[in-house]
Amino acid sequence: MSSALWILIIAAVLVVVAGAAFVATRSRGRDLELEPTPGERPTGPGTVTAPTPVDEAPATVDTAAPAEAEAAVAEPGVAEPEVAEPEVVVEEAPPAPAELEPLIKPSFFDRLGKARSAFSGYLGGLVGRGKLSEDDWEELEEALIQADVGVATSMSLIGDVRDLAKGSGADSGEDILGLLKARMHRELEGKDRSLTLDEGKTNVWLFVGVNGVGKTTTIGKVARRLVDEGHKPLLAAGDTFRAAAAEQLTTWGERAGADVVRGNEGGDPSAVIFDGVQAASARGCDVVLADTAGRLHNKTNLMEELSKVRRVAGREPGHVSEVLLVIDATTGQNGMSQAKVFTEAVEVTGVVLTKLDGSAKGGIVFAIESELGIPVKLVGLGEKAGDLVDFDAPAFVDALFE
Amino acid sequence: MFQTLTDKFEGIFGRLGKKGRLTEEDVDEALREIRLALLEADVNLTVVRGLRDRIRARAVGEEIHKALNPAQQVIKIVNEELTASLGGETMRITFASRPPTVVLMAGLQGSGKTTTSAKLARWFKSQGRNPLMVGADLQRPAAVEQLRTLGRQIDVPVFSEPSDPVAVAAAALEEARRTGRDVLIVDTAGRLAIDEELMEEVRRISDTVQPHYTFLVVDAMTGQDAVNTAEAFHQKLSLDGVILTKLDGDARGGAALSVKEVVGRPIAFAATGEKLEDFDLFHPDRMASRILGMGDVLTLIDKAEQVYEKEEAEEAAARMLEGQFTLDDFLEQMQQLKKMGPLGGLLSMLPGLPKELRNVNIDDRELARVEAIIKSMTPAERAEPRMIEASRRARIATGSGTNPTQVAGLVTQFTEMQKMMKKLGGMGTKKVRKDKKADKRKGKGGSRVTGKGGVPALTGGGRVTPKGTKAGKAPLMLPGLDRIDASDLDALADELDRRR
Repeated sequence: MSSALWILIIAAVLVVVAGAAFVATRSRGRDLELEPTPGERPTGPGTVTAPTPVDEAPATVDTAAPAEAEAAVAEPGVAEPEVAEPEVVVEEAPPAPAELEPLIKPSFFDRLGKARSAFSGYLGGLVGRGKLSEDDWEELEEALIQADVGVATSMSLIGDVRDLAKGSGADSGEDILGLLKARMHRELEGKDRSLTLDEGKTNVWLFVGVNGVGKTTTIGKVARRLVDEGHKPLLAAGDTFRAAAAEQLTTWGERAGADVVRGNEGGDPSAVIFDGVQAASARGCDVVLADTAGRLHNKTNLMEELSKVRRVAGREPGHVSEVLLVIDATTGQNGMSQAKVFTEAVEVTGVVLTKLDGSAKGGIVFAIESELGIPVKLVGLGEKAGDLVDFDAPAFVDALFE
Repeated sequence: MFQTLTDKFEGIFGRLGKKGRLTEEDVDEALREIRLALLEADVNLTVVRGLRDRIRARAVGEEIHKALNPAQQVIKIVNEELTASLGGETMRITFASRPPTVVLMAGLQGSGKTTTSAKLARWFKSQGRNPLMVGADLQRPAAVEQLRTLGRQIDVPVFSEPSDPVAVAAAALEEARRTGRDVLIVDTAGRLAIDEELMEEVRRISDTVQPHYTFLVVDAMTGQDAVNTAEAFHQKLSLDGVILTKLDGDARGGAALSVKEVVGRPIAFAATGEKLEDFDLFHPDRMASRILGMGDVLTLIDKAEQVYEKEEAEEAAARMLEGQFTLDDFLEQMQQLKKMGPLGGLLSMLPGLPKELRNVNIDDRELARVEAIIKSMTPAERAEPRMIEASRRARIATGSGTNPTQVAGLVTQFTEMQKMMKKLGGMGTKKVRKDKKADKRKGKGGSRVTGKGGVPALTGGGRVTPKGTKAGKAPLMLPGLDRIDASDLDALADELDRRR
């Protein structure tokens, strides 16, 4: 019965805080660095409460290289004051990466084709048609919406194409579909989709995203690819939150033939990644692939933790050259909100679209790329190490309609 | 979104006044907006079409109700249809007469099956059961290790062996019988619905263990493809229910509706956080408001009840409405509020807030700033903020590490709120009145004369805006607070009482 009262209080407090924030942002010139609110996930030194269970600890230390493992425990004195001192373990890669099974790279279309056959002909009827009716136009718009492109983006695309069609006199279904695809291709054209690896530096590629999108798996695949290209990657198990995330990454490290640096479960991710950078620099690895725990972007404290991870990763000799936002192809309109918030927090430089081998079409990345200008760089098309390919924009657009 | 929907509807129906019936054209115009709102929330296109037809059938020809304006009336129909679609029968878990009761978890990669298995095990444990978890995900590296770690946290054993998933499931069933475990939760590998081979594998697991419950685990952020996945899994496994995960994100969660429509089975559970206890039975009515973007008041109140002392809160609210609310009270309330989670999230759960206010991006660090400012004031200043002139302001700014403009901003904002609340109190919401002593009444009765409970929601009719509180009069004021009105709160309170 007192429900309304609570709402009243909450509303009042929020209104004042929002108002104050509003006033402050208008008058404020500089940003105050305040301590992040302590969250549910332990990030400080006092909260390292979950040490790796005893039965696991010895197993993770590679006895063949004890000296190196010790050396890799970098001086955390350089880190930010609140950085905890983790027990970092370096997993040596198996000595013979030559034994790696050869990568079979699927072509973008091959893999998509498999999934798409079930949906082909969705717009097939449109192609044979003469002048498009209002219903046909709506069908076209709905095709985009069904591919998760989003209502606003779809409407604006269709609006553009209508204008174009009027101008050029095109009116058959085939022509219009062609115009729409051309319009979408143009939107994705001229983007730099290459991954940056600056020579002579300890590059850091940071992988971020919400829970369950496939960050750890993507890192495994990227590592494999880099090894194949003659690079020397090192994996840093910055997901100290999810149970057994580090084990998962270690398995991938073994598969790819890359070293893995890991800390304690529940430890400070910044510290683990910092140590990864130190270890990489010490042993001449040119890129650190830094895993992070999945986090929903509306958790402020976790997003602040991520900003800190990025800051710490960029400390000498670290050089953050890519921040890759991993997005699941099944993601709907929430993907836009993810991209916005993650970019605000860590300046995302590219998107990795995973699980595109399923029936989901991943249309939200079209909206993300065209509205926020963040290029899609890589696409995951399966569970094997080789199933990560460069983004092929024209093939992607064509597949949206199949 | 609710507000924008309402605003748009008011535009559409404005000319109708309060007479006549809803015509087809009026309703169709409104339905276009509803369609957009649902699509933006990721409700599947086909499902949206079905809903649209049902809503049209109910709304066209409806006589315009005396107490409701047409916009409210249509919203009410939409909300009811959504709730009905989401709800239907509620899942009641019964236990097998010959234990163990077997639960099979299936879903796409990354939907949260492993974490959810542990959450479900914990839930069964809290119901007095003895679950055994089965790690049948031999695909993803360290998936079994993850399950074991979670098992240790909730003290539930995990069975697995490195053979093949079907054999693991079969052996686990034996193990459960042998050790007298009465619930068996089988965690399987994530798989794509179009992967024939793996879909066949999960069917074989299902044939082997003969589950009493097969749950599809669905990510609340899923888009249009949710129906394809649900259809494929349902065909293969004949699902008994759906578990919705990651509901603590800001996705509107239209996928829930899509999946429910396609599978025709209830959404049994929802996972609302990273901790293993953040898991409970699903509430369809809350989800409907969320999909429509109407704010999730009940969840908000649940949260509030966990952190607030009831009497204190009531007292504070009463003082607020009488204009006796001081900065000290405010500070205290703010600290309580902080326990409820990020402020932006709370704000979005509040219904009826104008969108200018809802879309303000509150950085939680602002809270620390506000707190620092108030704490740098003397008790006298906190009780009577009007006494803060330039030199006090400078002192407070120095003390709190802010600048005088920020201090002034906070004070202005607070004073405005105080005035506003006083007016709101003067208008009188009956719920508050009941808590106050009758002789303390100020002003005249509000827009409503009803005094008894149980009045259906959304009766208040038009808006009753306190006079003289327009945003223009207070330049620093955020636009919109004056648009929260007493009758809305009244209606809200009634609605909430009814639902609880």
